[in-house]
Amino acid sequence: MDPALVEFLLRMGDNALVLGQRVAGWTGHAPVIEEDLALTNVALDLIGQSRLWLAYAGECEGRGRSDDALAYFRDAHEFRNVLLVERPNGNYADTMGRQFLFDAWHLELLRALAASRDARVSGIAQKAEREVAYHVRRSGDWVIRLGDGTEKSHGLMQAALDELWPYTGELFRSDDVDRALAAQGIACELESLRDAWSRRVDGVLAEATLARPKDGWMHSGGRSGRHSEHLSYVLAEMQSVPRAVPAERW
Amino acid sequence: MSGERHDAWPLWEVFIRSGHGLSHKHVGSLHAPDAALALQNARDVYTRRNEGASVWVVRSSDIVAGDPSERDSYFGPAEDKTFRSPTHYTVPEGVKNL
Repeated sequence: MDPALVEFLLRMGDNALVLGQRVAGWTGHAPVIEEDLALTNVALDLIGQSRLWLAYAGECEGRGRSDDALAYFRDAHEFRNVLLVERPNGNYADTMGRQFLFDAWHLELLRALAASRDARVSGIAQKAEREVAYHVRRSGDWVIRLGDGTEKSHGLMQAALDELWPYTGELFRSDDVDRALAAQGIACELESLRDAWSRRVDGVLAEATLARPKDGWMHSGGRSGRHSEHLSYVLAEMQSVPRAVPAERW
Repeated sequence: MSGERHDAWPLWEVFIRSGHGLSHKHVGSLHAPDAALALQNARDVYTRRNEGASVWVVRSSDIVAGDPSERDSYFGPAEDKTFRSPTHYTVPEGVKNL
Protein backbone atom coordinates (compact mmCIF):
# COMPACT_ATOMS: atom_id res chain seq x y z
CA MET A 1 0.00 0.00 0.00
CA ASP A 2 1.17 3.50 -0.88
CA PRO A 3 -0.12 5.87 1.85
CA ALA A 4 0.40 8.89 -0.41
CA LEU A 5 -1.79 7.36 -3.12
CA VAL A 6 -4.56 6.57 -0.61
CA GLU A 7 -4.37 10.11 0.73
CA PHE A 8 -4.57 11.55 -2.77
CA LEU A 9 -7.55 9.36 -3.70
CA LEU A 10 -9.39 10.38 -0.52
CA ARG A 11 -8.82 14.02 -1.39
CA MET A 12 -10.27 13.54 -4.87
CA GLY A 13 -13.20 11.52 -3.57
CA ASP A 14 -13.96 13.84 -0.67
CA ASN A 15 -13.93 16.98 -2.85
CA ALA A 16 -16.54 15.43 -5.12
CA LEU A 17 -18.55 13.91 -2.27
CA VAL A 18 -18.79 17.01 -0.08
CA LEU A 19 -19.56 19.35 -2.98
CA GLY A 20 -22.07 16.81 -4.36
CA GLN A 21 -23.81 16.68 -0.98
CA ARG A 22 -23.78 20.47 -0.74
CA VAL A 23 -25.26 20.95 -4.22
CA ALA A 24 -27.83 18.23 -3.56
CA GLY A 25 -29.08 20.47 -0.75
CA TRP A 26 -30.72 22.63 -3.44
CA THR A 27 -32.93 19.78 -4.63
CA GLY A 28 -36.50 20.97 -4.23
CA HIS A 29 -35.32 24.46 -3.23
CA ALA A 30 -33.85 25.92 -6.44
CA PRO A 31 -35.36 29.19 -7.71
CA VAL A 32 -36.90 27.48 -10.77
CA ILE A 33 -37.52 23.86 -11.67
CA GLU A 34 -35.04 23.93 -14.57
CA GLU A 35 -32.26 24.93 -12.16
CA ASP A 36 -33.43 22.33 -9.69
CA LEU A 37 -32.90 19.58 -12.26
CA ALA A 38 -29.62 21.01 -13.50
CA LEU A 39 -28.18 21.21 -9.97
CA THR A 40 -29.36 17.69 -9.22
CA ASN A 41 -27.55 16.49 -12.34
CA VAL A 42 -24.35 18.19 -11.20
CA ALA A 43 -24.69 16.75 -7.70
CA LEU A 44 -25.20 13.25 -9.08
CA ASP A 45 -22.20 13.60 -11.41
CA LEU A 46 -20.03 14.55 -8.44
CA ILE A 47 -21.32 11.80 -6.19
CA GLY A 48 -20.75 9.30 -9.01
CA GLN A 49 -17.17 10.53 -9.32
CA SER A 50 -16.63 10.30 -5.57
CA ARG A 51 -17.71 6.65 -5.61
CA LEU A 52 -15.04 5.84 -8.19
CA TRP A 53 -12.28 7.64 -6.26
CA LEU A 54 -13.31 6.29 -2.86
CA ALA A 55 -13.72 2.71 -4.12
CA TYR A 56 -10.16 2.85 -5.46
CA ALA A 57 -8.96 4.47 -2.22
CA GLY A 58 -10.49 1.59 -0.27
CA GLU A 59 -8.82 -0.99 -2.50
CA CYS A 60 -5.41 0.69 -2.22
CA GLU A 61 -5.78 1.04 1.52
CA GLY A 62 -6.36 -2.72 1.78
CA ARG A 63 -8.41 -2.66 4.98
CA GLY A 64 -11.59 -3.81 3.32
CA ARG A 65 -13.35 -0.44 3.43
CA SER A 66 -15.81 0.14 0.60
CA ASP A 67 -16.72 3.51 -0.93
CA ASP A 68 -19.81 3.56 1.31
CA ALA A 69 -17.77 2.78 4.41
CA LEU A 70 -15.41 5.63 3.62
CA ALA A 71 -18.25 8.06 2.90
CA TYR A 72 -20.46 7.23 5.86
CA PHE A 73 -18.18 6.05 8.64
CA ARG A 74 -15.40 8.59 8.75
CA ASP A 75 -15.60 11.70 10.92
CA ALA A 76 -14.87 15.27 9.85
CA HIS A 77 -11.16 15.20 10.76
CA GLU A 78 -10.71 12.16 8.49
CA PHE A 79 -12.10 14.01 5.46
CA ARG A 80 -9.57 15.40 3.00
CA ASN A 81 -11.62 17.83 0.91
CA VAL A 82 -10.55 21.42 0.29
CA LEU A 83 -12.32 23.99 2.50
CA LEU A 84 -13.94 25.66 -0.53
CA VAL A 85 -16.39 22.80 -1.14
CA GLU A 86 -17.74 22.81 2.41
CA ARG A 87 -18.70 26.49 2.25
CA PRO A 88 -22.47 26.87 2.84
CA ASN A 89 -24.86 27.13 -0.12
CA GLY A 90 -25.86 30.69 0.84
CA ASN A 91 -27.74 32.44 -1.96
CA TYR A 92 -27.56 31.49 -5.64
CA ALA A 93 -24.55 33.74 -6.21
CA ASP A 94 -22.72 32.02 -3.33
CA THR A 95 -23.51 28.59 -4.75
CA MET A 96 -22.58 29.48 -8.32
CA GLY A 97 -19.43 31.32 -7.26
CA ARG A 98 -18.27 28.34 -5.22
CA GLN A 99 -19.13 26.02 -8.09
CA PHE A 100 -17.32 28.07 -10.71
CA LEU A 101 -14.12 28.56 -8.70
CA PHE A 102 -14.04 24.84 -7.96
CA ASP A 103 -15.09 23.64 -11.43
CA ALA A 104 -12.42 25.74 -13.13
CA TRP A 105 -9.78 24.13 -10.89
CA HIS A 106 -11.32 20.65 -11.03
CA LEU A 107 -11.28 20.65 -14.83
CA GLU A 108 -7.58 21.55 -15.05
CA LEU A 109 -6.73 18.97 -12.40
CA LEU A 110 -8.69 16.21 -14.16
CA ARG A 111 -7.04 17.08 -17.47
CA ALA A 112 -3.66 16.65 -15.85
CA LEU A 113 -4.71 13.40 -14.17
CA ALA A 114 -6.03 12.01 -17.45
CA ALA A 115 -2.35 11.59 -18.36
CA SER A 116 -1.58 9.77 -15.10
CA ARG A 117 0.74 6.79 -15.18
CA ASP A 118 -1.79 4.98 -12.97
CA ALA A 119 -4.33 3.57 -15.43
CA ARG A 120 -7.17 3.63 -12.91
CA VAL A 121 -6.55 7.29 -11.99
CA SER A 122 -6.36 8.17 -15.66
CA GLY A 123 -9.61 6.32 -16.42
CA ILE A 124 -11.59 8.00 -13.65
CA ALA A 125 -10.17 11.40 -14.59
CA GLN A 126 -11.15 10.98 -18.23
CA LYS A 127 -14.71 10.06 -17.33
CA ALA A 128 -15.02 12.92 -14.84
CA GLU A 129 -13.41 15.45 -17.18
CA ARG A 130 -16.27 15.17 -19.65
CA GLU A 131 -18.82 15.88 -16.93
CA VAL A 132 -16.85 18.70 -15.36
CA ALA A 133 -16.34 20.42 -18.73
CA TYR A 134 -20.11 20.92 -18.70
CA HIS A 135 -20.22 21.94 -15.02
CA VAL A 136 -17.76 24.77 -15.57
CA ARG A 137 -19.64 26.04 -18.62
CA ARG A 138 -22.84 26.21 -16.60
CA SER A 139 -21.40 27.75 -13.47
CA GLY A 140 -19.35 30.22 -15.52
CA ASP A 141 -22.46 31.25 -17.44
CA TRP A 142 -24.27 31.92 -14.18
CA VAL A 143 -21.43 34.00 -12.78
CA ILE A 144 -21.59 36.07 -15.98
CA ARG A 145 -25.37 36.47 -15.87
CA LEU A 146 -25.47 37.42 -12.22
CA GLY A 147 -22.42 39.69 -12.48
CA ASP A 148 -23.65 41.37 -15.64
CA GLY A 149 -27.29 41.32 -14.53
CA THR A 150 -29.06 43.78 -12.28
CA GLU A 151 -27.41 46.04 -9.75
CA LYS A 152 -28.57 43.69 -7.01
CA SER A 153 -27.34 40.49 -8.66
CA HIS A 154 -24.00 42.16 -9.44
CA GLY A 155 -23.62 43.14 -5.80
CA LEU A 156 -24.45 39.65 -4.57
CA MET A 157 -22.09 38.00 -7.05
CA GLN A 158 -19.20 40.30 -6.15
CA ALA A 159 -19.85 39.73 -2.43
CA ALA A 160 -19.86 35.97 -3.00
CA LEU A 161 -16.54 36.12 -4.85
CA ASP A 162 -14.94 38.28 -2.18
CA GLU A 163 -16.11 35.84 0.48
CA LEU A 164 -14.94 32.73 -1.38
CA TRP A 165 -11.64 34.01 -2.71
CA PRO A 166 -9.58 33.31 0.46
CA TYR A 167 -10.48 29.64 0.00
CA THR A 168 -8.83 29.39 -3.43
CA GLY A 169 -5.24 29.50 -2.18
CA GLU A 170 -5.45 25.95 -0.87
CA LEU A 171 -6.23 24.70 -4.37
CA PHE A 172 -2.72 25.52 -5.57
CA ARG A 173 -0.53 24.63 -2.62
CA SER A 174 1.23 21.26 -3.02
CA ASP A 175 2.32 19.27 -0.01
CA ASP A 176 4.48 16.15 0.35
CA VAL A 177 1.68 13.90 -0.91
CA ASP A 178 1.30 15.90 -4.13
CA ARG A 179 5.04 16.12 -4.67
CA ALA A 180 5.56 12.38 -4.10
CA LEU A 181 2.81 11.45 -6.56
CA ALA A 182 3.94 14.04 -9.09
CA ALA A 183 7.42 12.54 -8.97
CA GLN A 184 5.93 9.13 -9.82
CA GLY A 185 3.85 10.56 -12.67
CA ILE A 186 0.59 9.60 -10.91
CA ALA A 187 -0.64 13.10 -10.09
CA CYS A 188 0.61 16.64 -10.59
CA GLU A 189 1.88 19.56 -8.54
CA LEU A 190 -1.01 21.88 -7.88
CA GLU A 191 0.95 25.04 -8.66
CA SER A 192 1.01 23.93 -12.30
CA LEU A 193 -2.77 24.41 -12.54
CA ARG A 194 -2.80 28.03 -11.50
CA ASP A 195 -2.16 29.76 -14.84
CA ALA A 196 -4.90 27.96 -16.74
CA TRP A 197 -7.31 28.47 -13.83
CA SER A 198 -6.47 32.17 -13.63
CA ARG A 199 -7.01 32.64 -17.36
CA ARG A 200 -10.45 31.06 -17.25
CA VAL A 201 -11.48 32.91 -14.08
CA ASP A 202 -10.25 36.26 -15.42
CA GLY A 203 -12.11 35.72 -18.69
CA VAL A 204 -15.40 35.00 -16.94
CA LEU A 205 -14.98 37.82 -14.40
CA ALA A 206 -14.24 40.32 -17.17
CA GLU A 207 -17.37 39.31 -19.06
CA ALA A 208 -19.31 39.43 -15.82
CA THR A 209 -18.02 42.96 -15.09
CA LEU A 210 -16.77 41.67 -11.73
CA ALA A 211 -13.53 42.61 -10.01
CA ARG A 212 -11.03 39.88 -9.25
CA PRO A 213 -10.47 39.93 -5.47
CA LYS A 214 -6.92 40.57 -4.29
CA ASP A 215 -4.86 37.58 -3.23
CA GLY A 216 -4.47 38.11 0.49
CA TRP A 217 -4.33 35.75 3.42
CA MET A 218 -5.64 32.32 2.43
CA HIS A 219 -7.39 29.63 4.45
CA SER A 220 -6.00 26.12 4.30
CA GLY A 221 -6.10 22.83 6.17
CA GLY A 222 -8.95 20.87 4.59
CA ARG A 223 -6.61 18.60 2.65
CA SER A 224 -4.97 17.49 5.87
CA GLY A 225 -8.20 17.12 7.86
CA ARG A 226 -8.47 20.54 9.53
CA HIS A 227 -11.94 21.72 8.59
CA SER A 228 -14.33 24.56 9.29
CA GLU A 229 -17.31 23.89 11.53
CA HIS A 230 -19.52 23.65 8.43
CA LEU A 231 -18.29 20.21 7.43
CA SER A 232 -19.61 18.45 10.54
CA TYR A 233 -23.15 19.62 9.76
CA VAL A 234 -22.91 18.40 6.17
CA LEU A 235 -21.63 15.03 7.34
CA ALA A 236 -24.22 14.72 10.12
CA GLU A 237 -26.99 15.02 7.56
CA MET A 238 -25.30 12.73 5.05
CA GLN A 239 -24.24 10.05 7.52
CA SER A 240 -27.10 9.91 10.03
CA VAL A 241 -29.16 7.21 8.32
CA PRO A 242 -26.40 4.68 7.59
CA ARG A 243 -25.01 5.22 11.10
CA ALA A 244 -28.40 4.69 12.71
CA VAL A 245 -28.96 1.43 10.80
CA PRO A 246 -25.54 0.30 9.56
CA ALA A 247 -26.65 -3.05 8.15
CA GLU A 248 -29.73 -1.70 6.38
CA ARG A 249 -29.99 -1.91 2.61
CA TRP A 250 -32.19 -0.06 0.15
CA MET B 1 -39.92 27.48 -5.78
CA SER B 2 -41.23 30.94 -6.47
CA GLY B 3 -43.71 31.19 -9.33
CA GLU B 4 -43.31 34.92 -9.48
CA ARG B 5 -39.67 34.81 -10.63
CA HIS B 6 -40.29 31.88 -12.91
CA ASP B 7 -42.90 33.85 -14.86
CA ALA B 8 -40.36 36.57 -15.53
CA TRP B 9 -38.39 34.21 -17.77
CA PRO B 10 -39.64 33.61 -21.32
CA LEU B 11 -40.90 30.23 -22.41
CA TRP B 12 -38.91 28.13 -24.90
CA GLU B 13 -39.99 25.12 -26.95
CA VAL B 14 -37.52 22.26 -27.04
CA PHE B 15 -36.87 19.97 -30.01
CA ILE B 16 -34.63 16.93 -29.78
CA ARG B 17 -33.18 14.73 -32.48
CA SER B 18 -32.61 11.37 -30.91
CA GLY B 19 -30.40 9.85 -33.58
CA HIS B 20 -28.82 10.27 -36.99
CA GLY B 21 -31.26 10.27 -39.87
CA LEU B 22 -34.21 11.23 -37.68
CA SER B 23 -35.81 14.62 -37.49
CA HIS B 24 -36.05 16.93 -34.49
CA LYS B 25 -39.15 16.26 -32.46
CA HIS B 26 -40.95 18.55 -30.06
CA VAL B 27 -40.46 17.21 -26.55
CA GLY B 28 -41.77 20.01 -24.33
CA SER B 29 -41.04 23.47 -23.09
CA LEU B 30 -39.08 25.23 -20.37
CA HIS B 31 -38.28 28.66 -18.95
CA ALA B 32 -34.88 30.29 -19.39
CA PRO B 33 -33.58 33.87 -19.34
CA ASP B 34 -31.80 33.60 -22.71
CA ALA B 35 -30.95 31.27 -25.58
CA ALA B 36 -27.69 29.91 -24.17
CA LEU B 37 -29.27 28.95 -20.87
CA ALA B 38 -32.33 27.58 -22.66
CA LEU B 39 -30.02 25.13 -24.45
CA GLN B 40 -28.34 24.18 -21.18
CA ASN B 41 -31.65 23.75 -19.43
CA ALA B 42 -32.94 21.64 -22.32
CA ARG B 43 -29.92 19.40 -21.89
CA ASP B 44 -30.53 19.10 -18.16
CA VAL B 45 -34.30 18.67 -18.31
CA TYR B 46 -34.84 16.60 -21.45
CA THR B 47 -31.68 14.61 -22.22
CA ARG B 48 -30.83 13.14 -18.82
CA ARG B 49 -31.43 9.61 -20.03
CA ASN B 50 -29.40 9.79 -23.18
CA GLU B 51 -32.31 10.78 -25.41
CA GLY B 52 -30.52 13.32 -27.54
CA ALA B 53 -28.02 13.74 -30.34
CA SER B 54 -29.02 17.32 -31.11
CA VAL B 55 -31.15 19.98 -29.45
CA TRP B 56 -33.00 23.00 -30.80
CA VAL B 57 -34.73 25.62 -28.70
CA VAL B 58 -37.00 28.34 -30.00
CA ARG B 59 -38.83 31.11 -28.19
CA SER B 60 -42.46 30.03 -27.84
CA SER B 61 -43.53 33.56 -28.81
CA ASP B 62 -41.71 33.13 -32.15
CA ILE B 63 -43.87 30.20 -33.18
CA VAL B 64 -46.66 31.10 -35.59
CA ALA B 65 -49.63 28.80 -35.04
CA GLY B 66 -52.69 28.23 -37.18
CA ASP B 67 -56.06 29.40 -35.91
CA PRO B 68 -58.00 26.47 -34.36
CA SER B 69 -61.34 27.98 -35.48
CA GLU B 70 -60.25 27.55 -39.11
CA ARG B 71 -59.48 23.88 -38.60
CA ASP B 72 -62.40 22.70 -40.66
CA SER B 73 -61.52 24.54 -43.83
CA TYR B 74 -57.83 23.90 -43.28
CA PHE B 75 -57.77 20.18 -42.69
CA GLY B 76 -61.29 19.02 -43.50
CA PRO B 77 -60.85 18.70 -47.27
CA ALA B 78 -58.15 16.05 -46.80
CA GLU B 79 -60.46 13.72 -44.89
CA ASP B 80 -62.01 11.88 -47.85
CA LYS B 81 -58.89 11.68 -50.03
CA THR B 82 -57.61 8.34 -48.89
CA PHE B 83 -55.81 7.88 -52.21
CA ARG B 84 -53.19 10.27 -50.84
CA SER B 85 -52.26 7.83 -48.08
CA PRO B 86 -49.61 5.27 -48.86
CA THR B 87 -51.69 2.52 -47.25
CA HIS B 88 -51.42 0.20 -50.25
CA TYR B 89 -47.70 -0.26 -49.98
CA THR B 90 -46.15 -3.02 -47.91
CA VAL B 91 -43.27 -1.87 -45.76
CA PRO B 92 -40.15 -3.96 -46.38
CA GLU B 93 -39.13 -6.03 -43.42
CA GLY B 94 -36.57 -4.47 -41.10
CA VAL B 95 -37.30 -0.87 -42.05
CA LYS B 96 -37.74 1.09 -38.86
CA ASN B 97 -38.04 4.66 -40.10
CA LEU B 98 -39.90 5.37 -43.29
